[in-house]
Amino acid sequence: MKSQKSMAWVLLLVLPLGLAGIWRLQHSIDGQRGTLSQERDDILLRSGKLMKLMSLEYAPLMADIYWTRVVQYYGNKHSQGKTNLELLWPLLDITTTLDPKLLVAYRFGAVFLAQAAPAGAGRPDLAVELIKRGIEANPDYWRLYEDLGFVYYFDLKDYQKASEAFLEGSKRPNAQVWMKVMAANIAAEGESFSTSFFLWRDIYESASDPSVRKNALMQLQLLKAKEECRQLDALADEYQKRNGKRPTRMAELIQAGLLRGVPKDPAGFVYVFGEYGKAELNVDSPLLEQQLLMERYKK
Amino acid sequence: MPGSAIEIENLTKEYPFGFLHLRKKTSLEGLNMQVETGEVFGFIGPNGAGKSTTIKLLMGLIFPTAGNARILGKPISDVEMHRDIGYLPEQPYFYDYLTAAEVLDYFARFHDLTAADRKERVQRMLKKVGLETAGKIQLRKYSKGMLQRVGLAQAILHDPKLVILDEPMSGLDPVGRREVRDIILELKRDGKTVMFSTHILSDAEVLCDRVGVIVGGKLRGVGAPGQMVDMKTQGMEIVFELPAGSNAPLLSKVTKMGERYRLQVPEEELYAAIEQLRGAGARIHSVTQVKATLEEFFMNLVEADRAQAAAVEVNGK
Amino acid sequence: MRRAGIVALNTFREAVRDRVLYSLVFFALLMMVAAIVVGQISIGIEESVIVSLGLSAISVIGLLISIFLGVALVSKEMEKRTLFALLAKPVRRWEFLLGKFGGLVLTLAVNTAAMALGLLLVMLYVKHTLERSDAVVLVAVYFILLKLALIVALALLFSCYTTPLLAILFTAGLYIVGLYVQELRNLPVDVMNPGTAAFTKWLSYLLPNFENFNVMALAAHGRAVPGALILQNTLYAVIYCSMVLTAASVVFSRRNLK
Repeated sequence: MKSQKSMAWVLLLVLPLGLAGIWRLQHSIDGQRGTLSQERDDILLRSGKLMKLMSLEYAPLMADIYWTRVVQYYGNKHSQGKTNLELLWPLLDITTTLDPKLLVAYRFGAVFLAQAAPAGAGRPDLAVELIKRGIEANPDYWRLYEDLGFVYYFDLKDYQKASEAFLEGSKRPNAQVWMKVMAANIAAEGESFSTSFFLWRDIYESASDPSVRKNALMQLQLLKAKEECRQLDALADEYQKRNGKRPTRMAELIQAGLLRGVPKDPAGFVYVFGEYGKAELNVDSPLLEQQLLMERYKK
Repeated sequence: MPGSAIEIENLTKEYPFGFLHLRKKTSLEGLNMQVETGEVFGFIGPNGAGKSTTIKLLMGLIFPTAGNARILGKPISDVEMHRDIGYLPEQPYFYDYLTAAEVLDYFARFHDLTAADRKERVQRMLKKVGLETAGKIQLRKYSKGMLQRVGLAQAILHDPKLVILDEPMSGLDPVGRREVRDIILELKRDGKTVMFSTHILSDAEVLCDRVGVIVGGKLRGVGAPGQMVDMKTQGMEIVFELPAGSNAPLLSKVTKMGERYRLQVPEEELYAAIEQLRGAGARIHSVTQVKATLEEFFMNLVEADRAQAAAVEVNGK
Repeated sequence: MRRAGIVALNTFREAVRDRVLYSLVFFALLMMVAAIVVGQISIGIEESVIVSLGLSAISVIGLLISIFLGVALVSKEMEKRTLFALLAKPVRRWEFLLGKFGGLVLTLAVNTAAMALGLLLVMLYVKHTLERSDAVVLVAVYFILLKLALIVALALLFSCYTTPLLAILFTAGLYIVGLYVQELRNLPVDVMNPGTAAFTKWLSYLLPNFENFNVMALAAHGRAVPGALILQNTLYAVIYCSMVLTAASVVFSRRNLK
């Protein structure tokens, strides 16, 4: 009918115009709301147990929803460069109470709760609590012991307990052989480059969460850079012994035959000697910023 | 006659059905028909013949697959045409949270009437359809017959030039049917055009100037009720009693019903038969016309249809 | 438009006679209990608890009414065939649809306004005084009403081409999606292929975004909502409703009424 056709034409006109309007409006509304800085992080219920009661038989589903909130929360804070991760613990707490078998949540929590800012919440105590709960619910999963040892080793510097955790983990089914080696190494020498490097590499290789992997990769690069600086310092000492003065440029080490090529950090930037004659990261290297951030928060 | 009130041209309606609507049922096939101004037109056919489909197409409730129609000279898609027509749907139903007076007032509002005019008309209509005492009761408490009366009232409320009634007699008791007949005749006296559908032949015969017969979605004939061959009288029926022992003539043709006898003769032999009965001392109780029953009348058409091709049966509802 | 108005008023009358406003009694009871209980259990944040609870109740009651009645608006008239007699009057189908929409929005406006009044009274009871900054509660209520109008429009659209049950599911589903549509932008876009990423972005801007209308957190803490946002949200609701209602009219105008 005629009237129907004209209606359809009206729709063809109204839809694109309307959608264009909606597109623009949504952008300006987002802008407007952005200025309001409504803290939408608030968690209404901090009690995981109550939450579990309220989610009826759908607790695992709720756990998944909370898990995505954990990831988003961390991702948002990280991308905005904010360092207060105070909600990370309650979110993880609720998530793992809702579904105690959600392994990824424990592993994620172990890394980011324990690590100092800016990467983590700087609460290794809570990380230990979380992992211990995880071990209780999943006693046969050896990687949780690895994570426990990891937190003791890196963040609490308690090598005794770290060694015990690795040893305990090595007894679990399917545990990899190096767990036992790790226990022995840490018991014997405490913190060492090779142990640290191995642990981070294992995290990097075994984790599936992209932010965990990214963080591990950065840690590996920093570790490597630190180790390389240490070796360069040793070479500089050698140079000083031979020539009576510290080198100021890498080229001097090469001329002296101590180095074969220009030494570069994992990000591809040449190392330099600082004002005290110690090897350092190049000012242009992105790793330097990370290193400074980590040192600042350590204090 | 100033032209036709309704002109229908090749009106066709197919309903898709089945998986993905791939198959089609034809419920109305190429209908061509006119309803002249000022006449009462009866649209008759068995259930599912396409009567309601036609009326709904005219009212713009459903849309034709092909063909078109004009009402009062305007195409049916023209909403202004609805000012001058009244419509009673089949088995009407109205907002059951309203009273009869409220529902009529609501409908009257669409016709640009003043408040006082609306009030007066609503009262007049309620009286006309015999609901003046029930006007303040919510429609959820109404019986089917009472709803039918409300439906009739809303159809004629705004003094339309053309009234289309879909099965106006259904759901009514004999008194109600009589009242509807009177209303239709009154509309005719006032010069209105009335088209109504029914599956009850006697209603059509009493009221209509012309009838259209539709079976299986096809129009089978249009004309004055008496002209329709199958509606002609088939004969006369005489019911009588015989004194004990007397030997009745024509006894071979008689059926006995208790004390009484029933005899059917062709119309032209009626007087001869009565003479014979009187001779035998019979007491005559009644003489009535015998017509084809509705079923016989339509079944003949339907069977003819089946003989031609697979019958198309679509419920127009 | 006048005819749409007639339909709207009748729709309002229907809602009233079907006892929709009884929801007010429920709201009143809830708020009374809350006002008494909240003083006992939460010290210091009574006011924001009352505001959050009141606004949530207004929103939930409104949602239930708008989804269920919104779907029933047209489908009930088709099912009961009350529409037949009406469409034989000089009314266009889009006028009917617009009237139905207007009628329910009017009902919701009255209902919501009454609840807002109740909320203000409870706030008065709890705080013993009302301040200028409490006007933000009214803005929040207005936003809820805008949201409800959009939901009614969507419910109408769905009910025009599918069964009432599916229409209810679709409307409720789209509402829930619309609450989280903002989150689409937080998805890790860099791990998706560019096509999916672009599609996600489009969706996040074009789907009805019900989070726009949520200022409950601001209202709970008595912080003002900028005028620009009020204007933008109003415009957003008007444009979206117009689009949806036009689409509904097109669908409905083609529909065969059986």
